[in-house]
Amino acid sequence: MLEYRIDRHSGVATYVQIVQQTKQALRLKLLEPGDRLPTAREVVEATAINPNTVLKAYRELEREGLVEARRGLGTFVRRSLGTAPTDDSPLRAELDGWAARAREAGLDRDDVAALFTAVLDRHFAAREEHLQGDAS
Amino acid sequence: MTDTGTALRAAGLGKRFGRSTAPWALRDCTLRLPAGRVCALVGPNGAGKSTLLAMAAGLLAPTEGSLTVLGEHPAHARPRVGYVAQGKPLYPQLTVADTLRVGADLNPGRWDAARAERIVAAGDLDPRARVRTLSGGQRTRVALALVLGKRPGLLLLDEPMADLDPLARHELMGTLMAEAAQHGTTIVLSSHVVAELEESCDHLLLIGGGQVRMAGDIDDLLAAHVRVTAPAADADLGGHTVVECRTTGRQLTALLRPGGPLPEGWRTFPPSLEELVLAHLRNPQAPALTPAPAQSQETHA
Repeated sequence: MLEYRIDRHSGVATYVQIVQQTKQALRLKLLEPGDRLPTAREVVEATAINPNTVLKAYRELEREGLVEARRGLGTFVRRSLGTAPTDDSPLRAELDGWAARAREAGLDRDDVAALFTAVLDRHFAAREEHLQGDAS
Repeated sequence: MTDTGTALRAAGLGKRFGRSTAPWALRDCTLRLPAGRVCALVGPNGAGKSTLLAMAAGLLAPTEGSLTVLGEHPAHARPRVGYVAQGKPLYPQLTVADTLRVGADLNPGRWDAARAERIVAAGDLDPRARVRTLSGGQRTRVALALVLGKRPGLLLLDEPMADLDPLARHELMGTLMAEAAQHGTTIVLSSHVVAELEESCDHLLLIGGGQVRMAGDIDDLLAAHVRVTAPAADADLGGHTVVECRTTGRQLTALLRPGGPLPEGWRTFPPSLEELVLAHLRNPQAPALTPAPAQSQETHA
Protein backbone atom coordinates (compact mmCIF):
# COMPACT_ATOMS: atom_id res chain seq x y z
CA MET A 1 0.00 0.00 0.00
CA LEU A 2 1.24 3.42 -0.96
CA GLU A 3 2.16 5.69 1.92
CA TYR A 4 2.23 9.43 1.37
CA ARG A 5 4.80 11.68 2.93
CA ILE A 6 3.63 15.25 3.35
CA ASP A 7 6.23 17.97 3.64
CA ARG A 8 4.53 21.01 5.15
CA HIS A 9 7.40 23.32 4.36
CA SER A 10 8.08 22.40 0.75
CA GLY A 11 5.97 25.22 -0.67
CA VAL A 12 4.20 22.62 -2.83
CA ALA A 13 0.46 22.40 -2.23
CA THR A 14 -0.41 19.30 -0.23
CA TYR A 15 -2.77 17.85 -2.83
CA VAL A 16 -0.08 18.30 -5.47
CA GLN A 17 2.35 16.35 -3.29
CA ILE A 18 -0.13 13.46 -3.25
CA VAL A 19 -0.58 13.65 -7.02
CA GLN A 20 3.16 13.72 -7.57
CA GLN A 21 3.89 10.86 -5.20
CA THR A 22 1.18 8.73 -6.79
CA LYS A 23 2.62 9.38 -10.24
CA GLN A 24 6.07 8.60 -8.97
CA ALA A 25 4.79 5.27 -7.64
CA LEU A 26 3.18 4.57 -11.03
CA ARG A 27 6.41 5.31 -12.85
CA LEU A 28 8.40 3.11 -10.53
CA LYS A 29 5.80 0.31 -10.87
CA LEU A 30 5.13 0.38 -7.16
CA LEU A 31 1.52 0.80 -8.24
CA GLU A 32 0.10 -1.17 -11.13
CA PRO A 33 -3.28 -1.23 -12.88
CA GLY A 34 -5.91 -2.75 -10.58
CA ASP A 35 -4.14 -1.72 -7.39
CA ARG A 36 -6.21 0.19 -4.86
CA LEU A 37 -5.07 3.56 -3.57
CA PRO A 38 -5.34 4.05 0.19
CA THR A 39 -8.74 5.34 1.26
CA ALA A 40 -9.08 8.99 2.31
CA ARG A 41 -9.54 7.75 5.86
CA GLU A 42 -6.31 5.78 5.77
CA VAL A 43 -4.37 8.71 4.35
CA VAL A 44 -5.66 11.31 6.78
CA GLU A 45 -5.28 9.07 9.79
CA ALA A 46 -1.58 8.72 8.99
CA THR A 47 -0.90 12.28 7.83
CA ALA A 48 -3.43 14.38 9.79
CA ILE A 49 -4.27 16.36 6.66
CA ASN A 50 -7.80 17.34 5.69
CA PRO A 51 -9.85 14.62 3.94
CA ASN A 52 -10.87 17.03 1.19
CA THR A 53 -7.22 17.47 0.27
CA VAL A 54 -6.94 13.76 -0.45
CA LEU A 55 -10.18 13.73 -2.42
CA LYS A 56 -8.98 16.71 -4.44
CA ALA A 57 -5.76 14.87 -5.31
CA TYR A 58 -7.68 11.72 -6.27
CA ARG A 59 -10.05 13.74 -8.45
CA GLU A 60 -7.05 15.22 -10.23
CA LEU A 61 -5.61 11.74 -10.82
CA GLU A 62 -9.00 10.59 -12.06
CA ARG A 63 -9.25 13.57 -14.40
CA GLU A 64 -5.93 12.57 -15.89
CA GLY A 65 -7.28 9.06 -16.44
CA LEU A 66 -4.78 7.42 -14.13
CA VAL A 67 -7.22 6.12 -11.54
CA GLU A 68 -10.94 5.47 -11.24
CA ALA A 69 -13.23 5.63 -8.25
CA ARG A 70 -15.48 2.61 -7.87
CA ARG A 71 -18.38 3.42 -5.65
CA GLY A 72 -18.13 1.79 -2.28
CA LEU A 73 -14.95 -0.03 -3.19
CA GLY A 74 -12.27 2.60 -3.40
CA THR A 75 -10.02 4.23 -5.93
CA PHE A 76 -8.15 1.97 -8.32
CA VAL A 77 -5.25 2.42 -10.70
CA ARG A 78 -6.40 2.35 -14.33
CA ARG A 79 -3.16 2.56 -16.17
CA SER A 80 0.51 2.79 -15.48
CA LEU A 81 2.40 5.89 -16.25
CA GLY A 82 5.12 6.54 -18.80
CA THR A 83 8.20 4.55 -18.49
CA ALA A 84 10.66 6.07 -16.15
CA PRO A 85 13.93 5.18 -17.78
CA THR A 86 15.51 2.62 -15.56
CA ASP A 87 19.04 2.80 -14.32
CA ASP A 88 20.54 1.22 -17.41
CA SER A 89 18.56 3.10 -20.08
CA PRO A 90 20.39 5.07 -22.80
CA LEU A 91 18.53 8.28 -21.85
CA ARG A 92 19.82 8.08 -18.35
CA ALA A 93 23.34 7.38 -19.55
CA GLU A 94 23.23 10.46 -21.80
CA LEU A 95 22.00 12.64 -18.96
CA ASP A 96 24.63 11.20 -16.70
CA GLY A 97 27.34 12.11 -19.23
CA TRP A 98 25.86 15.57 -19.62
CA ALA A 99 25.88 16.17 -15.87
CA ALA A 100 29.50 15.10 -15.69
CA ARG A 101 30.43 17.53 -18.48
CA ALA A 102 28.50 20.35 -16.77
CA ARG A 103 30.47 19.72 -13.63
CA GLU A 104 33.76 19.71 -15.53
CA ALA A 105 32.73 23.03 -17.07
CA GLY A 106 32.57 24.48 -13.56
CA LEU A 107 28.77 24.62 -13.04
CA ASP A 108 27.57 24.03 -9.53
CA ARG A 109 24.42 22.18 -8.52
CA ASP A 110 22.19 25.26 -8.67
CA ASP A 111 23.53 26.28 -12.10
CA VAL A 112 22.79 22.81 -13.43
CA ALA A 113 19.32 22.74 -11.90
CA ALA A 114 18.49 26.16 -13.40
CA LEU A 115 19.76 25.12 -16.82
CA PHE A 116 17.89 21.83 -16.71
CA THR A 117 14.67 23.54 -15.64
CA ALA A 118 14.97 26.09 -18.42
CA VAL A 119 15.38 23.35 -21.04
CA LEU A 120 12.58 21.32 -19.45
CA ASP A 121 10.27 24.33 -19.69
CA ARG A 122 11.04 24.69 -23.41
CA HIS A 123 10.06 21.12 -24.18
CA PHE A 124 7.23 20.41 -21.77
CA ALA A 125 4.08 22.28 -20.84
CA ALA A 126 4.10 24.00 -17.47
CA ARG A 127 3.20 21.92 -14.50
CA GLU A 128 0.13 22.51 -12.38
CA GLU A 129 -0.21 26.09 -11.29
CA HIS A 130 0.21 27.21 -7.71
CA LEU A 131 2.92 24.67 -7.29
CA GLN A 132 5.33 27.19 -5.94
CA GLY A 133 4.46 29.14 -2.89
CA ASP A 134 6.22 32.36 -2.17
CA ALA A 135 9.20 33.01 -4.38
CA SER A 136 10.47 36.07 -2.56
CA MET B 1 -18.44 15.62 3.60
CA THR B 2 -21.68 16.89 2.26
CA ASP B 3 -21.95 20.44 1.03
CA THR B 4 -25.59 20.80 1.91
CA GLY B 5 -26.73 21.92 5.27
CA THR B 6 -25.42 24.27 7.85
CA ALA B 7 -23.67 23.23 11.04
CA LEU B 8 -23.58 26.63 12.66
CA ARG B 9 -25.35 29.87 11.88
CA ALA B 10 -25.15 33.11 13.83
CA ALA B 11 -26.76 36.47 13.18
CA GLY B 12 -25.85 39.57 15.16
CA LEU B 13 -24.65 37.29 17.95
CA GLY B 14 -23.22 39.00 21.03
CA LYS B 15 -22.21 38.01 24.54
CA ARG B 16 -21.46 40.19 27.52
CA PHE B 17 -20.61 38.79 30.93
CA GLY B 18 -22.12 40.59 33.90
CA ARG B 19 -23.57 44.08 33.93
CA SER B 20 -24.62 46.07 30.92
CA THR B 21 -21.52 48.20 31.40
CA ALA B 22 -19.22 45.20 30.98
CA PRO B 23 -17.26 44.96 27.72
CA TRP B 24 -18.57 42.67 25.00
CA ALA B 25 -16.76 39.33 24.76
CA LEU B 26 -18.26 38.87 21.30
CA ARG B 27 -20.34 41.26 19.26
CA ASP B 28 -22.09 41.49 15.88
CA CYS B 29 -21.05 38.00 15.04
CA THR B 30 -22.69 36.85 11.82
CA LEU B 31 -21.49 33.66 10.24
CA ARG B 32 -22.44 30.41 8.57
CA LEU B 33 -20.41 27.23 8.85
CA PRO B 34 -21.47 24.69 6.22
CA ALA B 35 -21.83 21.11 7.42
CA GLY B 36 -18.95 18.74 6.79
CA ARG B 37 -16.19 21.31 7.16
CA VAL B 38 -13.18 21.13 9.41
CA CYS B 39 -13.01 24.69 10.67
CA ALA B 40 -10.12 26.48 12.32
CA LEU B 41 -11.44 29.00 14.83
CA VAL B 42 -8.50 31.34 15.16
CA GLY B 43 -7.85 34.54 17.05
CA PRO B 44 -5.59 36.02 19.69
CA ASN B 45 -6.12 35.30 23.38
CA GLY B 46 -9.31 36.91 24.58
CA ALA B 47 -10.77 37.23 21.10
CA GLY B 48 -13.99 35.45 22.03
CA LYS B 49 -13.26 31.96 20.69
CA SER B 50 -14.18 30.10 23.88
CA THR B 51 -17.29 32.23 24.32
CA LEU B 52 -18.49 31.35 20.84
CA LEU B 53 -17.82 27.64 21.37
CA ALA B 54 -19.58 27.57 24.74
CA MET B 55 -22.63 29.26 23.21
CA ALA B 56 -22.63 26.78 20.32
CA ALA B 57 -22.42 23.96 22.86
CA GLY B 58 -25.58 25.32 24.49
CA LEU B 59 -23.79 26.05 27.77
CA LEU B 60 -23.92 29.85 27.56
CA ALA B 61 -26.89 31.94 26.49
CA PRO B 62 -26.26 34.78 24.03
CA THR B 63 -26.84 38.32 25.28
CA GLU B 64 -28.17 39.33 21.88
CA GLY B 65 -28.61 37.94 18.39
CA SER B 66 -29.41 34.40 17.33
CA LEU B 67 -27.52 31.15 17.01
CA THR B 68 -28.64 27.88 15.48
CA VAL B 69 -26.70 24.64 15.71
CA LEU B 70 -27.45 21.84 13.24
CA GLY B 71 -30.60 23.77 12.41
CA GLU B 72 -31.84 23.90 15.99
CA HIS B 73 -31.63 25.97 19.14
CA PRO B 74 -28.25 25.15 20.74
CA ALA B 75 -29.90 23.63 23.83
CA HIS B 76 -31.94 21.25 21.67
CA ALA B 77 -28.99 20.31 19.49
CA ARG B 78 -26.88 19.21 22.46
CA PRO B 79 -27.36 15.46 22.02
CA ARG B 80 -25.80 15.78 18.56
CA VAL B 81 -22.97 18.10 19.58
CA GLY B 82 -19.66 17.03 21.10
CA TYR B 83 -17.88 19.71 23.08
CA VAL B 84 -14.50 19.52 24.75
CA ALA B 85 -13.75 22.59 26.86
CA GLN B 86 -10.29 24.00 27.28
CA GLY B 87 -8.29 21.85 29.69
CA LYS B 88 -10.38 18.75 28.83
CA PRO B 89 -12.24 18.29 32.10
CA LEU B 90 -12.58 14.62 33.04
CA TYR B 91 -13.10 12.86 36.36
CA PRO B 92 -9.54 12.16 37.55
CA GLN B 93 -10.50 9.32 39.90
CA LEU B 94 -12.36 7.32 37.22
CA THR B 95 -10.62 4.74 35.08
CA VAL B 96 -10.64 5.03 31.30
CA ALA B 97 -13.25 2.25 31.08
CA ASP B 98 -15.43 3.95 33.74
CA THR B 99 -15.23 7.20 31.84
CA LEU B 100 -16.52 5.51 28.70
CA ARG B 101 -19.28 3.86 30.73
CA VAL B 102 -20.35 7.32 31.90
CA GLY B 103 -20.43 8.34 28.25
CA ALA B 104 -22.69 5.39 27.49
CA ASP B 105 -25.03 6.23 30.41
CA LEU B 106 -25.26 9.90 29.49
CA ASN B 107 -25.98 9.24 25.84
CA PRO B 108 -28.67 6.55 25.79
CA GLY B 109 -29.62 5.47 22.30
CA ARG B 110 -26.72 7.29 20.69
CA TRP B 111 -23.60 5.75 22.23
CA ASP B 112 -21.26 3.89 19.90
CA ALA B 113 -19.15 1.86 22.32
CA ALA B 114 -17.04 0.25 19.61
CA ARG B 115 -16.08 3.61 18.19
CA ALA B 116 -15.10 5.03 21.58
CA GLU B 117 -13.10 1.93 22.45
CA ARG B 118 -11.32 1.97 19.11
CA ILE B 119 -10.13 5.53 19.72
CA VAL B 120 -8.84 4.63 23.15
CA ALA B 121 -7.18 1.46 21.86
CA ALA B 122 -5.42 3.36 19.09
CA GLY B 123 -3.56 5.23 21.82
CA ASP B 124 -2.35 2.06 23.52
CA LEU B 125 -4.20 3.01 26.70
CA ASP B 126 -4.93 0.61 29.52
CA PRO B 127 -8.70 0.80 30.14
CA ARG B 128 -8.03 0.17 33.83
CA ALA B 129 -5.76 3.21 34.20
CA ARG B 130 -7.16 6.08 36.22
CA VAL B 131 -7.56 9.35 34.35
CA ARG B 132 -5.32 11.24 36.79
CA THR B 133 -2.35 9.03 35.91
CA LEU B 134 -2.58 9.80 32.19
CA SER B 135 -0.42 12.17 30.18
CA GLY B 136 -1.92 15.23 28.47
CA GLY B 137 -2.04 13.43 25.14
CA GLN B 138 -3.70 10.37 26.67
CA ARG B 139 -6.27 12.51 28.47
CA THR B 140 -7.06 14.28 25.22
CA ARG B 141 -7.54 10.90 23.58
CA VAL B 142 -10.00 9.85 26.29
CA ALA B 143 -11.86 13.15 25.95
CA LEU B 144 -12.09 12.62 22.19
CA ALA B 145 -13.30 9.05 22.66
CA LEU B 146 -15.97 10.38 24.99
CA VAL B 147 -17.31 12.98 22.55
CA LEU B 148 -16.93 10.84 19.42
CA GLY B 149 -18.68 7.92 21.11
CA LYS B 150 -21.88 9.97 21.14
CA ARG B 151 -21.70 10.16 17.32
CA PRO B 152 -21.83 13.94 17.09
CA GLY B 153 -22.82 15.76 13.94
CA LEU B 154 -20.79 18.71 15.18
CA LEU B 155 -17.65 18.55 17.25
CA LEU B 156 -16.48 21.66 19.12
CA LEU B 157 -12.95 21.50 20.50
CA ASP B 158 -11.54 24.41 22.47
CA GLU B 159 -7.74 24.52 22.16
CA PRO B 160 -7.53 20.72 21.98
CA MET B 161 -3.87 20.58 21.01
CA ALA B 162 -2.56 23.29 23.33
CA ASP B 163 -0.69 21.14 25.85
CA LEU B 164 0.33 18.25 23.61
CA ASP B 165 3.73 17.27 22.31
CA PRO B 166 4.12 17.18 18.52
CA LEU B 167 3.72 13.40 18.27
CA ALA B 168 0.51 13.31 20.32
CA ARG B 169 -0.77 16.28 18.34
CA HIS B 170 -0.14 14.52 15.04
CA GLU B 171 -1.76 11.27 16.19
CA LEU B 172 -4.84 12.94 17.61
CA MET B 173 -5.26 15.16 14.60
CA GLY B 174 -5.02 12.01 12.47
CA THR B 175 -7.76 10.43 14.58
CA LEU B 176 -9.97 13.49 14.14
CA MET B 177 -9.39 13.63 10.39
CA ALA B 178 -10.24 9.93 10.10
CA GLU B 179 -13.54 10.60 11.89
CA ALA B 180 -14.27 13.49 9.55
CA ALA B 181 -13.43 11.33 6.52
CA GLN B 182 -15.57 8.41 7.61
CA HIS B 183 -18.57 10.12 9.17
CA GLY B 184 -18.57 13.57 7.60
CA THR B 185 -18.51 15.09 11.09
CA THR B 186 -18.27 18.88 11.14
CA ILE B 187 -15.36 19.87 13.37
CA VAL B 188 -14.49 23.24 14.86
CA LEU B 189 -11.06 23.50 16.46
CA SER B 190 -9.90 26.66 18.17
CA SER B 191 -6.32 27.80 18.47
CA HIS B 192 -4.35 30.99 18.58
CA VAL B 193 -1.76 29.42 16.29
CA VAL B 194 -3.03 29.07 12.75
CA ALA B 195 0.01 27.13 11.55
CA GLU B 196 -0.86 24.06 13.64
CA LEU B 197 -4.27 23.80 12.00
CA GLU B 198 -3.48 24.80 8.45
CA GLU B 199 -3.10 21.34 6.93
CA SER B 200 -6.05 19.83 8.75
CA CYS B 201 -8.70 22.47 8.26
CA ASP B 202 -10.54 23.51 5.10
CA HIS B 203 -12.48 26.41 6.60
CA LEU B 204 -11.37 29.41 8.63
CA LEU B 205 -13.16 31.58 11.12
CA LEU B 206 -10.93 34.41 12.31
CA ILE B 207 -12.06 36.38 15.32
CA GLY B 208 -10.34 39.49 16.62
CA GLY B 209 -11.53 41.98 19.19
CA GLY B 210 -14.84 40.16 19.59
CA GLN B 211 -15.67 40.44 15.89
CA VAL B 212 -15.52 38.14 12.88
CA ARG B 213 -12.56 39.33 10.81
CA MET B 214 -12.51 36.67 8.13
CA ALA B 215 -14.63 33.62 7.41
CA GLY B 216 -14.81 31.18 4.54
CA ASP B 217 -13.28 28.14 2.88
CA ILE B 218 -9.52 28.47 3.11
CA ASP B 219 -8.99 27.92 -0.63
CA ASP B 220 -11.42 30.76 -1.38
CA LEU B 221 -9.83 33.09 1.17
CA LEU B 222 -6.36 32.45 -0.24
CA ALA B 223 -7.59 32.94 -3.80
CA ALA B 224 -9.27 36.23 -2.89
CA HIS B 225 -6.03 37.83 -1.73
CA VAL B 226 -2.73 38.68 -3.34
CA ARG B 227 0.49 40.10 -2.00
CA VAL B 228 2.02 42.71 -4.31
CA THR B 229 5.18 44.71 -4.51
CA ALA B 230 5.20 47.77 -6.73
CA PRO B 231 7.18 50.98 -7.21
CA ALA B 232 5.84 53.34 -4.55
CA ALA B 233 5.84 56.36 -6.87
CA ASP B 234 3.11 55.29 -9.27
CA ALA B 235 1.23 52.71 -7.26
CA ASP B 236 -2.49 53.35 -7.33
CA LEU B 237 -4.35 50.96 -5.07
CA GLY B 238 -7.73 52.46 -5.94
CA GLY B 239 -10.32 49.88 -6.87
CA HIS B 240 -8.78 47.23 -4.64
CA THR B 241 -9.50 46.44 -1.02
CA VAL B 242 -6.32 47.09 0.93
CA VAL B 243 -5.82 44.88 3.97
CA GLU B 244 -2.31 46.07 4.67
CA CYS B 245 0.10 48.43 2.95
CA ARG B 246 3.67 49.46 3.70
CA THR B 247 6.14 51.67 1.88
CA THR B 248 9.83 51.04 2.26
CA GLY B 249 12.02 53.45 0.33
CA ARG B 250 10.80 53.32 -3.26
CA GLN B 251 8.96 50.07 -2.84
CA LEU B 252 5.42 49.49 -1.75
CA THR B 253 4.24 46.13 -0.47
CA ALA B 254 0.60 45.41 0.16
CA LEU B 255 -1.89 42.66 0.80
CA LEU B 256 -4.93 43.22 -1.39
CA ARG B 257 -8.25 41.83 -2.35
CA PRO B 258 -8.03 42.77 -6.01
CA GLY B 259 -11.09 44.51 -7.38
CA GLY B 260 -9.90 44.09 -10.96
CA PRO B 261 -6.79 43.32 -13.00
CA LEU B 262 -3.52 44.53 -11.51
CA PRO B 263 -1.14 46.68 -13.55
CA GLU B 264 1.67 45.08 -15.53
CA GLY B 265 4.94 45.30 -13.75
CA TRP B 266 3.59 44.69 -10.25
CA ARG B 267 5.03 41.57 -8.73
CA THR B 268 2.41 39.37 -7.16
CA PHE B 269 2.67 36.45 -4.77
CA PRO B 270 0.05 34.18 -3.30
CA PRO B 271 -0.12 34.80 0.45
CA SER B 272 0.15 32.03 3.00
CA LEU B 273 -2.74 31.50 5.38
CA GLU B 274 -0.63 32.72 8.26
CA GLU B 275 0.23 35.95 6.43
CA LEU B 276 -3.44 36.47 5.74
CA VAL B 277 -4.40 35.96 9.37
CA LEU B 278 -1.64 38.17 10.74
CA ALA B 279 -2.37 40.97 8.28
CA HIS B 280 -6.03 41.01 9.32
CA LEU B 281 -5.19 40.98 13.02
CA ARG B 282 -2.55 43.72 12.64
CA ASN B 283 -5.04 45.93 10.82
CA PRO B 284 -8.31 45.91 12.71
CA GLN B 285 -9.62 48.70 10.48
CA ALA B 286 -9.27 46.57 7.35
CA PRO B 287 -12.67 45.47 6.06
CA ALA B 288 -13.70 42.04 7.28
CA LEU B 289 -14.15 39.33 4.68
CA THR B 290 -17.12 37.08 5.17
CA PRO B 291 -19.12 35.26 2.54
CA ALA B 292 -22.35 36.93 1.52
CA PRO B 293 -24.92 35.74 4.02
CA ALA B 294 -27.17 33.13 2.51
CA GLN B 295 -30.64 34.61 2.29
CA SER B 296 -32.47 31.38 1.97
CA GLN B 297 -33.65 29.73 5.09
CA GLU B 298 -32.42 26.45 6.39
CA THR B 299 -33.18 23.64 3.99
CA HIS B 300 -31.22 20.93 5.74
CA ALA B 301 -30.88 20.42 9.42
